[in-house]
This record gives sequence, structure tokens and C-alpha cells, in this order.
Amino acid sequence: MRKNKKSSRIPSGAPTLTQKDFASDQDVRWCPGCGDYSILAQTRRIMPELGVPKENIVFISGIGCSSRFPYYMNTYGFHTIHGRAPTIASGVKMANPDLSVWVITGDGDALSIGGNHFIHLMRRNFDINVLLFNNRIYGLTKGQYSPTSEQGKQTKSTPLGSLETPFNPISLALASGATFVARSLDTDSHHLQSTIKAAFEHKGTSFIEIYQDCIIFNRDAFKQYTDKSTKSENTVHLEHGEPLVFGKEGEKGIRLNGFLPEVTTATNGTEAEANLIVHDQYAENTTLANFLARMSDMPEMPHPIGIFRSVHHPCYEELMTQQIAWAKQQRGPGEIDALLNAGDTWVVP
Amino acid sequence: MHKQVEQIQEATVLFAGDSGDGSQTIGTQMTETSAIVGNDVATLPDYPAEIQAPAGSLAGVSGFQLHFSSENIHTPGDTCDVLVVMNPAALKVNIHKLKTNGILIVNSDNFARRNLRLAGYEDNPLEDDSLTKYQVFPVELTRLTGKALEATGLSTREIDRCKNFFALGMILWLYNRPMEYTMRWIKTKFAKKPQYIESNILALRAGNTYCEATEQFATSYEVKPAQFASGKYRNIEGNMATVLGLITASHQSGLQLVYGSYPITPASDILHGLAQYRNFGVVTMQMEDEISAVGVAIGAAFSGALGVTGSSGPGLALKSEAINLAMIAELPLIVCNIQRAGPSTGMPTKTEQSDLLQMFYGRNGESPVPILAACCPHDCFETIYEACRIAVKYRTPVIFLSDLYIALGAEPWRIPNLAELPKIEPNFQTEVGGFEPYLRDEATLARPWAKPGTPGLEHRIGGLEKSDITGNVSYDAENHEKMVGIRAEKVARIAEDIPPTEVFGAPEGELLVLGWGGTYGTLRTSVEHKIDEGHAIAHVHLRYINPFPSDLGEILNRFKTVLIPELNSGHLLQLIRAEYLVDAVGLNKVQGQPFQVFELESKIKSLL
Repeated sequence: MRKNKKSSRIPSGAPTLTQKDFASDQDVRWCPGCGDYSILAQTRRIMPELGVPKENIVFISGIGCSSRFPYYMNTYGFHTIHGRAPTIASGVKMANPDLSVWVITGDGDALSIGGNHFIHLMRRNFDINVLLFNNRIYGLTKGQYSPTSEQGKQTKSTPLGSLETPFNPISLALASGATFVARSLDTDSHHLQSTIKAAFEHKGTSFIEIYQDCIIFNRDAFKQYTDKSTKSENTVHLEHGEPLVFGKEGEKGIRLNGFLPEVTTATNGTEAEANLIVHDQYAENTTLANFLARMSDMPEMPHPIGIFRSVHHPCYEELMTQQIAWAKQQRGPGEIDALLNAGDTWVVP
Repeated sequence: MHKQVEQIQEATVLFAGDSGDGSQTIGTQMTETSAIVGNDVATLPDYPAEIQAPAGSLAGVSGFQLHFSSENIHTPGDTCDVLVVMNPAALKVNIHKLKTNGILIVNSDNFARRNLRLAGYEDNPLEDDSLTKYQVFPVELTRLTGKALEATGLSTREIDRCKNFFALGMILWLYNRPMEYTMRWIKTKFAKKPQYIESNILALRAGNTYCEATEQFATSYEVKPAQFASGKYRNIEGNMATVLGLITASHQSGLQLVYGSYPITPASDILHGLAQYRNFGVVTMQMEDEISAVGVAIGAAFSGALGVTGSSGPGLALKSEAINLAMIAELPLIVCNIQRAGPSTGMPTKTEQSDLLQMFYGRNGESPVPILAACCPHDCFETIYEACRIAVKYRTPVIFLSDLYIALGAEPWRIPNLAELPKIEPNFQTEVGGFEPYLRDEATLARPWAKPGTPGLEHRIGGLEKSDITGNVSYDAENHEKMVGIRAEKVARIAEDIPPTEVFGAPEGELLVLGWGGTYGTLRTSVEHKIDEGHAIAHVHLRYINPFPSDLGEILNRFKTVLIPELNSGHLLQLIRAEYLVDAVGLNKVQGQPFQVFELESKIKSLL
């Protein structure tokens, strides 16, 4: 169930915007070849299609390479402090629910220093879009391991290898009650654009994990999912209502074996196809979404890309607005004089 | 025997018992009634951090002290005339506060061996000579309440919970106070549990009748109404005054109030209070932590709302990075710090003024933030309103300081006229021509408040140093120094926008007592006494601590000695000495308890 956000739409008759309208006058300063450039380009490209006047768009970020993003968008923007973008974005949205609010964050910003805010944003379900640039490394602080770095990762701060189990951001978002959860890739411009658009159209907190290549400190971390020669073997695209198939010719499928997924080559319209897992992104129950999310942790399985979950729940700001309306109806709109004069009073002549 | 009524000027009553005994409830009720009949009142609730510490233990004693008078008073009293204790522990903790020959009312039913042992008594103090200097009235509160309520059909446990109203009934009789206000409160409070309306009213009446019938007290007392400026009054606690001040500022400015908070003693009542007023459009957000609580307030401010957060010292430590963001982003933000005894978790239910230097200096870099402090419960209204005015006008975070003592204390408040209040004008930027995010108002140095949703004013702000006028990110050396200077100058200029300092007492002379915050009552009372004795002494109580009022330096120079009493180790003292090179003297107390008048008077005496 996708819902359009009519409140912030451009009135008909207004001039059509182009991607150039969304570029600010500031020079973009990421390392040459950084995956951030593509994400910025796809975001600027898709913005005119959303039909929202740019004065109604707000980009909020924390700290890190990705968090410079708002400076490059000719919308309202706020580059805040490390990990806290979700809190500031929640305040922006609560005070003006008509705004289209976007959080730009990274794996360190969202999952380490801002981990607490991230999970609570997901469960509150503000109508906010979160783009998490996951490069599995700390870039701005120059190359320490991040909460999504693989165990054993050798970095400046872990010369003998990191000791920690990484977060699976998709699983974390699902466990926190996120209503829209997706994964995309910096290099796949079409998929990224369509995913950003779907996130926008989802009413509620939308979370996109974007695999992003840090060319300096963690180069080619996602090569197996992005390289032309390997990606079809190593990724499976999630399409609602479609069976999970992958491979160069779509010759492989995924089916259940007990509680675990397994790859089968018997597809192509044979009766085995009936046993393939069919994706249902609108399922209220999160079992399938969780199952697919955890497939990312299994080296023998292809990596799911696409929308894991998209369900409609009431948004925090909607419920708050309703509560205020209800209170006004029940108790009358607040009269400040009556408020100050409430309770037992007495008059001194 | 005729009831003998003695006119007295003032009295102090202390109710004490287990934290589940309802001492706070009856203390509050006695306060309400005393205020309504026209006395000036001042209260001091003193309760343990534990919700219910083990019954009968010293740690579980909860007290409520009420001072009421026919004169204007400023403190809940150093000592009390009447002490009501529900058990031996309450007696042990509080007996030193009772005046010689004071009235001690004891629930003798709770003085069995087990309770005595819990309180650390070897022998029953009601049976030895240890209490001979007091008028002791042992009353079987538990048994008598049970008897009065036996027809109600309530369980023994339910009946036992009404005994506090029996005690209140006695005190109302003792001071010739009507029961009607308390009855009205009981009816509202238990509207959904009517069985408790009857039982509590029965207990209240029984206590009253008990005094009438037994003639235990030879005399009852009457405290005439106090002289107040004309107007309409209500009784108010500091936190509630803060709540009303915030809603009023929201109303007067036309800005939606968004309050982000995380529960913490003693600030939670502001969150609870505001949450009741959704019909005023008030948004309260109980967030996942202190940081997100200030974060939503900053976000709301960016969106064009009145963003407010509230906490106590430990919470302020967590919020400091975000306050700094609001400072450099130059957004209006109101930060309430209801101080309690630190450091770290400290003593959450005890009062202190030890966060002043944290508020001044507890942020990285050069970070000037205006600081205002309320001085008594009802002053929280005006001070928080003024904090909102300054935040909006100067586009800056403002810290509002209160403390546990005034946050929970209550006193009469003359309800203000809305027309008396200064205007708060958001003056949002809407003009596109000539707009620059950091182009300033010449007089105030405030930058424009251009909220998202305004066409043509799209701009980006953030925590990186800003280029003057454009607000673009800048690492330029000269620009950085310039911006640091501008931000400091903007806050300094607020001094030109505040009223002249009120000097109470002698315009010049021997001694100036300089204070801030919740010590106001004790300082004022002590200075009044010394003025009555003929000394050239004065009292100045600062609401504006950053910036200091522009006339303060000159006032300090008019006195031979400056005494700065504080419930900390000398925070304002350091600031004043550094700013004005005045050899001021401190009086410092860091016990989690307010000053007492005698402590002030003895220090003043030593300096005269």
C-alpha cells in the first residue's frame, strides 16, 4: 500500500524543476571516485520527480563523509552533530509535518554513536526517509573499523583484526519495527533512484541501506555485488510477488530447506518453481523479511537487494496531531486566561 | 470548656512518615487551605529517592514542611512548631527540627518494638524522658481511623491508608482551618473511586472531631491573612509555574511549543505538567535519552517552533554538545535545568546550586549562552517567560536555572495579566531579496529565522564554523575569530535589554548580600532582620547571570563588603571576582539542604 503525500506536493501549474535546481552553489568535496557522488547524483535526479517544492524539503545529517551531503542540496539543510540527525529530524517533522524530511547518515553515525536514536526513530515511525551510506569503514576519521566491518578487519585501530561481530543494518531496522526497509547500491543508478522514490512514497520511516564504496579506506568492499562479472551470481533482487531467482539467466532459485534457505537450479517453469520462496514486501508479519535479511550473513547465499518490507502503520506526527485535535474537541481549545486562573483562587482587594 | 483561640503571627508544621504514609498529600492540602484563607506560605517537601524504602526505616522517611504566616515570608522556616510523626523513624529523623515546647503528635500505634528497632531506638522514646522538652501527644491514629471507618466495608489495608487524613483533620482543628477545600480536593481526586471519597472524608472529620471531643489541646491557634498586593491569587509550585510560563510564551509568540525531555528528578513534573495541555497545542515528546530530548527541541526550533528541553544536572551534561550546536547555528532554544545535588548522580532528591559553572563553561570552544535563574516558586513563571523572549529575539539557546527547592516548593502567586507581559515576536524571515542566513540585525546581532517551507530561502546551517553573512562552511582564520567575537557580543548586548537591578535595602553602605536562585527567601529574610536592627545592608538577587546586568559593577562598588551565599562551593563568587575584581566573600553550604536564616544571620553578623 503506497500512499502519496499530497500535503507537500507542488501545486499544478508551477514550473517543473530539474536536477540542477537541487544543486547548491557549494563545491562538492568528496574523494574522487567516492560512491557518495553517485548517491548525490541519483538523489538530485529523482527529486524533481517527487513533485515536492524544494522549500518543503529538508536534509538533515550527522557527522561523517556522508553527512556533508546537505551542503550540496539546494533545499533546506542542517548538518548537525555525530549520531543525532534522527533526533533533530524528528523535531523538524513534528513541528511541521508538511515537510519532506531526509536523514543522511553513515554506518558509524547511525549504528555506532547514534545507534540509540536510530532504533527509536524506526519504532516511532515518523514520516522521515533515512539514507544510510554503508561503506563498512570510518572515512572522515581516516580508516578505523566500523560497526558493520567484518570480524577480523584489519584497520589502523585494529592492526591485528577487529574482534566484533558486525551489525546487519537491515535486521536491526526490522527488529526496531521499521515499516520500510530496503537495500540498494551506489553503482546501480536506476535501482537507487527507484528505491529512493519508493522510500519517499512510503508514509512512515523509510530506511535504505546503500552499499557505498569508500575508495580510500575500504575499496571494493562490495565488488562481488557490483562487478558485472559477479553480481548476478552474488545478488538476488527482491521483487514483490515474484519468486527469488538469480544467476545470469535467472536459472537459480531460493527455496526453504527446513528453517534455512538453499539454492536450487531447477527453475524455468518446472514444478520445482512452485517451491521457490515468493517475496511479499507488504506482509505485516516480519518473518520473511527477517529471514531474507539474515541471508546476507550467509556466504553461500546471494545477497538480497531491494525492498524487504513496506507496510503502513500510523506515523508519530499523525498520532500527535490527532491527539491534539482530540484534546481540543474534548476540553475545548486552550484559553490562556482560564489556564492561569485555574484551581483554587482568591482575591486580595 | 470553651475552646481557647490564640492569635499568632505564624506557624511551621512538619508532617513526616514512611514514604507511603501520605505526608506529601496532607502537607500539600494544608498548604492549599492556608493559602486560600489568605496566609503567605512557603513549603519544603523532603522525600527519599526510593519510591518506597523498607517500611519503618530511616531511609524511607518522607517529610513536608509548611510555614504559614500573616506577614510576608520567604522561607519554609528553620524549625517547626508542630511535628506530626507517623512512626519512630520519622521521629528520629525530624525531632531536632522541633522547637522547645513545640507540639509533637505521634501515631503511638506504630511504636511497637519492631518499628522502634528499625529506627534504632533501644527504648520507646514515648516512655522514657527523652521528649520532656516537648508537648507530646500520643494518638492511636491507626486504631482510631480504623474505628471511624469500620462501617465502610473497606479492607484493613485500605483503611490504614486513610490515617493521614485523620492527622490532617487534627491540624486543621489546631489552626482553626476549614475542611471544605480538602474535601473538595478529595472528591476530585477520587472521582473514579467513590468508596475512597467517603473514607478519606470520614477520616478527616474524625481527626477534627477527635480534637474537639478529647480537648487534648488546651489552645487552638489562628493565623490571620497576610497583606498582599491586590489581585487574584493562586497557590503554585515552581515546576507548575514553569509549565504555565512556557505555555504562555507559546501563546503570546504564536509559536507551537515542542518540549523534548527524558524523565529525571526533579524536572519530570514539567514534562507531566505540559503533557496535560495537548488542547493548547502543546507537543511533549518523551525521548529515548537526554540527547534526543534536546535534539527534537533543536529540530523543532529549526522548523519554526518554540523548542524547549528540560532536565537536571546529569542530563545537562549529556545535552551540552547539542546546546553548543544550537549556539553556533544561532537557533532559539530554551534549556531548563532544575538543579539537584551533584556530582554525578549525587543526591537526586536534594537541592543544590552547583551547576552554575557547568552552565557557564561546560561546552567545548567559545560558547556564550545566556543564563537566567528563578528565585522562588512563582518567579519560575516570569523567568522562563523571559528566557523564551530572549531566545526568540536573539536566536540563541538560553539556559533557565531552577532548583529542587523552588521546583517543588509552593507559595501564593498573583496571577498576571497577559497585557502586562512583554511581547515575544518571532519575526520570521519571508523576504527573499537580500536574504543571507548570517546577515544580522544591527541592534541585536540576531540572524534571520528562515524556517523550512518558506520559498526562496533554502539554506544550509550546521555545526561547522560559519562564514560571516553567507553562513557557508569556513576554515578561514580571520573569519573564525570574527565569528567568535560576534557570538560573544550578541550575548553581551542582552544586558542592554533587561531591567535595572533592584537593590533591596540601603542604596550603599556596609554590606551587600548578593545571591541567585532558590536562596532568595532566606537571604531576603536575613537582610530584612538586619535592616530592622538598623544596619546599612542590602540584598541583590540576580535573575540574569549571563550576561550580568550592566549596572551590577557600579552597585557592587557602593558597598564595603559583598557577601555571596550559595549552595555550592562558590560559583557565582568566582564569576563576580573574575568579572569585577571585587574581593567578595562567600558563604557556602553543600549539604543538599537549603540555607537556614540563622546561618545567614550569623555570617552577616561576623561581617558587620
